Amino acid sequence: MTSPAASTFVYVTFIRTTPDRLWSALTRPDFTKQYWFGMHQETEWKVGSPWRLVFPDGRTADTGEIVELDPPKRLVLRWRNEFKPELKSEGHSRCTVELEPVGGAVKLTITHVMDRAESKFIEKVSGGWPRILSNLKSLLETGKTILDV
Amino acid sequence: MDQGAVFRALADASRRRLLDRLLAKNGQTLGELCQGLDMTRQAVAKHVSILEQANLVSWQRHGREKLHFINPVPIHEIAERWIRKFERPRLSALSQLKKRLEGEDHD
Repeated sequence: MTSPAASTFVYVTFIRTTPDRLWSALTRPDFTKQYWFGMHQETEWKVGSPWRLVFPDGRTADTGEIVELDPPKRLVLRWRNEFKPELKSEGHSRCTVELEPVGGAVKLTITHVMDRAESKFIEKVSGGWPRILSNLKSLLETGKTILDV
Repeated sequence: MDQGAVFRALADASRRRLLDRLLAKNGQTLGELCQGLDMTRQAVAKHVSILEQANLVSWQRHGREKLHFINPVPIHEIAERWIRKFERPRLSALSQLKKRLEGEDHD
């Protein structure tokens, strides 16, 4: 599936919530806007549906497709940048989101892979995910986000 | 996640060095991580396991191999807790300025 030369990151966080609540937070636009720098996703959430990540002003940030969908456990997206030519030219990445109940919490694992060495796209998104994830965790556990978005 | 476990894991220089190696090259096997280090494979395995328990290292099966990845999320959470607090007044001043300049509807 991935070659040894692929660029990959695997981010994990534990959130004190239920898989259903976390799944809603990951997929509902009103929820997403609160922790994802004001952005939201547009898709019909069916395997094969087009997927779009939308900036607060309506411009398209990224596009792709739903590859796998198994609520509230697993989501796989094909994902390509649309607004930076040098990132768009790298083509499609693959983002896997996994939810697993652990004790009173949910282990959330985000694996993002681009099938090329030293991907600029992966470098770029790997910087964003920790902020998104700690904001998401804070929103679900306390009802507040840490960052003003 | 227990932040105590994160601080304890980071308190050791050998473990910080292992994280540096993953930062330089993500997705390494235990064997790769051991290369050029003045530590036994057993010692490296023990350090990696402590890093995994603190959620500073995540891993993925790749065929028969277990690849290790740096997971910066707990460090980011510590930064949010201990540093971001001091930035809040500035951030809220900025967002108020933005509101005033752009109008309430652009919140």
